[in-house]
Amino acid sequence: MIRFTHVGLRYGKSPGTESVALDDIDFEIPEGGFRWLTGPSGAGKTSLLKLMYLALHPSEGRIDLFGTPTSRLDRRGIALLRRRIGVVYQDFRLLQHLTAFDNVALPLRLARRKEAQVRADVTELLRWVGLSGRLDHRPDEMSGGEQQRVAIARAVIAKPSLLVADEPTGNLDDDQAERLMHLIRSLNRLGTTVIVATHNLGLVARHPAPMIELQDGRMTWHG
Amino acid sequence: MARRRHASRADRIGLRAAMADRLLPFVVAAMSFLAALALAGSIAAGTLATHWLSGAQGLMTIEVGSPSAPAIAGNTSRADAVLRQMKAMPGFSDARRLSDAELSDVLKPWLGSAASGNNLPIALPAVIVVHAETGSVDAATLAKTLDKTAPGTLVDSGSRWAGRIAELTDSIRASAAAVLVIVALVAASVVAVAVRAGLAQRREAIEIIHGLGALDSDIANQFAGRAMRLAGLGGLIGGLAAPPVLAWVGHLAAGLMIAPSSATGAHSPIMALPPVLVATPLIFTIAAAVIGWIAAQVTVRGWLRQLT
Repeated sequence: MIRFTHVGLRYGKSPGTESVALDDIDFEIPEGGFRWLTGPSGAGKTSLLKLMYLALHPSEGRIDLFGTPTSRLDRRGIALLRRRIGVVYQDFRLLQHLTAFDNVALPLRLARRKEAQVRADVTELLRWVGLSGRLDHRPDEMSGGEQQRVAIARAVIAKPSLLVADEPTGNLDDDQAERLMHLIRSLNRLGTTVIVATHNLGLVARHPAPMIELQDGRMTWHG
Repeated sequence: MARRRHASRADRIGLRAAMADRLLPFVVAAMSFLAALALAGSIAAGTLATHWLSGAQGLMTIEVGSPSAPAIAGNTSRADAVLRQMKAMPGFSDARRLSDAELSDVLKPWLGSAASGNNLPIALPAVIVVHAETGSVDAATLAKTLDKTAPGTLVDSGSRWAGRIAELTDSIRASAAAVLVIVALVAASVVAVAVRAGLAQRREAIEIIHGLGALDSDIANQFAGRAMRLAGLGGLIGGLAAPPVLAWVGHLAAGLMIAPSSATGAHSPIMALPPVLVATPLIFTIAAAVIGWIAAQVTVRGWLRQLT
């Protein structure tokens, strides 16, 4: 279960330069739940997702992930919790010096899975996202859509408890976007909690689910 | 297109190549070589001190002024009377008077050729050397005793010089230890700089891996493993370069420090070195590798603290 309790986030430390990114965010997503996160650019969607995948700490309030208050975690605890979270970044964030195969294998290798298992799982997933011929290619040798699919494969390869996706269909055509949503929905049905930030209201309409809407850092709708 | 190799099992997160500082082994090699010199200096000082102290300890020099003049008691000269007294005195052995030739040799550094023969304008005292078997003997008390036989007799104790040699040796050893510590710190700093350069080069990749749930130890171990190998290679190079040079220096200084190789029965000058210096390739490889590993661990873990 994911629970945000009166969470606020401010950037900047000195009082004069502070800007409020999120204010009084309060919601709960049950285990295995699905939420769309919508709102105009600058509404705070990415900041909220960063709090969720522990890239930022809240300035106020409390966040519970899988029943654990994140404020009580030490560095090791945070790292171990991150392994249960798959993230699809807006800018892919692939490692440019690694091949598609090695990028996708990273979460499994961090979890010290057996190399034979890593090879089998990564090959299968890359085949599933249509990149079976691109295993040995580096990101700079692939199109934006292909990189997006590698990023998605990396996010889901370890079967995370929580999948956080920031505009995951931004670089995909409609067909690829539907395939991706099919994959995300499949993971969700298997018990993964999912939150997807998007501007694509057509996509939201085709895949109805509860929504969190942000406006100027405040939650304007949840349901 | 040739099939590209995937990350190796040891390089699970693809960071090992991030620290590609090819210069590091050579800088560490230079540091290791300096460390070997410092170590050799320390050992040489100890050997030299032992060599000198074995002669100086317990050795006393007695100067008898107007040696031909009659002694206070008896019919003999002052020199003979003091020599006889010292031979009879319990706790002393090997008393003997230096010959004129030996005395000339002692004075030659100060007087040159004028020290030889009997052409000196002043009368020289008789010099008697004696070995004190009981270790420390109070030179002043002995001088007072001998003064009753030959007035103005001076006694010089070797233990005074032994103490100074020991102090000198200690200070040389302390200096060598300080040099070793400084060399180790410089080597650690060099590793730290190389690691920081690697971190800066792969900053984005590290942030991504960190975000995927890598522990600080996962990332630090990647850099530390690489730093350990590069520094260890440097230690090996420096350690291999040191013994031949030290053997050559040792050969030149054989008369002062240690017995030459022929005297020890060794066939190679390197084998005439103390074992610790012969073993420098092994010792410095291990020491440099450990320093590299620790320096990289500390640097990476410190750097990672800036990440959330």
